[in-house]
Amino acid sequence: MILLFEQLLNGLQYGVTLFLLAAGLTLIFGIMGVINLAHGAFYMVGAFAGAWVSIQTGSFWGGLLAGLAASAIVGIVVELGVMRRLYARDHLDQVLATFALILIFNQSTVLIFGRQPLFTSLPEVFSGSIEIIPGLPYPTFRLFVIAVGLAVAVGLYLLINKTRIGMLVRAGASNRQMVRALGVNIQGLYTAIFGLGALLAGLAGVMASPIVSVQVGMGDEIILATFVVVVIGGVGSVKGAFVAGIVLGMCDTMLRAFLPGLLQQAMPGPEAQALGVGISSMGIYLMMALVLLVRPRGLFAAQG
Amino acid sequence: MKREHIILAAVFVVLALVPFAAELTGQASWTRLVGQALIYGMAAASLNFILGYGGMVSFGHAAFFGIGGYVVGIMYHHFDAGTAFLGLIPGTDQMLITLPAAILIAGLAAALVGAMSLRTGGVQFIMITLAFAQMFFFLFISLKTYGGEDGIMVRRTNSLPGLNMRDKATLYWVVLGLAAAYYLFLRRLVQSSFGQIIAGIRQNERRMAAMGISTYRYKLYAFVLSGMGAGLAGALMVNFLRFASPDMMHWSRSGELMIMVILGGVGTLAGPFIGAGVLFTLETTLARYTEHWMLPVGIILLLVVMTSKGGLMALLRRLGGKG
Repeated sequence: MILLFEQLLNGLQYGVTLFLLAAGLTLIFGIMGVINLAHGAFYMVGAFAGAWVSIQTGSFWGGLLAGLAASAIVGIVVELGVMRRLYARDHLDQVLATFALILIFNQSTVLIFGRQPLFTSLPEVFSGSIEIIPGLPYPTFRLFVIAVGLAVAVGLYLLINKTRIGMLVRAGASNRQMVRALGVNIQGLYTAIFGLGALLAGLAGVMASPIVSVQVGMGDEIILATFVVVVIGGVGSVKGAFVAGIVLGMCDTMLRAFLPGLLQQAMPGPEAQALGVGISSMGIYLMMALVLLVRPRGLFAAQG
Repeated sequence: MKREHIILAAVFVVLALVPFAAELTGQASWTRLVGQALIYGMAAASLNFILGYGGMVSFGHAAFFGIGGYVVGIMYHHFDAGTAFLGLIPGTDQMLITLPAAILIAGLAAALVGAMSLRTGGVQFIMITLAFAQMFFFLFISLKTYGGEDGIMVRRTNSLPGLNMRDKATLYWVVLGLAAAYYLFLRRLVQSSFGQIIAGIRQNERRMAAMGISTYRYKLYAFVLSGMGAGLAGALMVNFLRFASPDMMHWSRSGELMIMVILGGVGTLAGPFIGAGVLFTLETTLARYTEHWMLPVGIILLLVVMTSKGGLMALLRRLGGKG
């Protein structure tokens, strides 16, 4: 029971990370209609910049600032340099160009930081753990990650539903041409959204950096799960990204934690282990396939 | 003879002479490189049929490539161990059985994936094909009997009656023959009324539907045919490298196949083969000089995508038009 609760919290924390990545990606998808496979690179940039600065200065918060700044800047540069030329192209060119960006980012990171993973320590304040329910000490940093994710969700909700920029974002997600035709400075909006998306991905990267190992390719692993979240949630819908992110994060963590054990009761140990890991890795993709079969545009599709 | 026929015949003759040239110059690796490039070319060409002619951007094509490969691997595994697959089907090392089996099973997998994926379109189609490919990837990783993450070694190339398939050059010629046959098959397919309908669906699906054509069914047929081609290529690759691994269906492999198609020229017959040859040569050559070969490859790809329309085939045609 305690183990279950702990895994639920871990799932929530992973789900929040997925949401941070998916929120930016779904906005970029929905508003600019561009597929950005390289979104995971911003996550990696954030994690590396954050980890490096926090190792150098010994301050996690300095690393957080650096990670956010680095990912936002890289995002804006990529938008101005590459993405801007791809908006009018078809999905195929976008997939390829951003695939090329992944190669470039990964290899540049190897050149700068090498292949050894970076290890950072937790910030002082959140280095301990507290007992949420009797008998379950839970690391405060993970709770902090959950809190940050939820705060971002609320912030994005307010930004999108209560501000003028948010209005443009919503309008852009439901009908891009119309917004352009109404004379909105769409280029500036695009750059801002792209920068914001990269910033959120960088935030996810910095938040994950003390928990996972910061290494090249870390973005590739999580970006596929993020795409699944975006597609299940419905392209362009931040609400969908939130719901799908949390649900997927929980399901994935639960499957990984408990499926091998369950299978072990039915078949010999090592094979059950391998099969359990395999099936639990397939879980999110299976969910996506099922959701798309029932709702081809995802759960909360913004476009009609 | 038309100019196209002359060029094709000349290219075929040059490719057929590669093993001799390799022996004369002492560059034994040439046969191996060109052979692999040809096989990748087949896989890319099969993808190009749905992507270029049919407008279906499948991001999971490596799954069928890998499945074809695994059919050869698994059949050899059971042949070698003297056991039977699922306790029913005995293994074999006869290419006349393994290749058709690989094509058939890859086709079945494509029918399954296509039947579900083709209900969506656009971005969702790209992502759902990727999702299915990932499922196959993780499925094969979890099969400990067949090597799990390490894959299966196929210690001996499948045998073909009357030929010494352990000879590298013979195997290369078999690959070349099949690649040429596949090229001609695609050429006929594209010109057939079926191919015309597929191209029509790409241009305007609604119009084709209004003309009374069941577009979903035609797209599914095309998807299955394309998956079968990839299965054939995968089966040949496993014979060529004597190794099948889950890496064959990794999502970056699907990306690579797409790159080959784009680089060579979308919706052209020879494009995917040219793209595969160029990308494969680029990768192996750069890998010889630096371990950071992915960086220049990435930059070159980015430049190609951003600056060119129509890939290398368009470039060749422009050169040909002037000269």
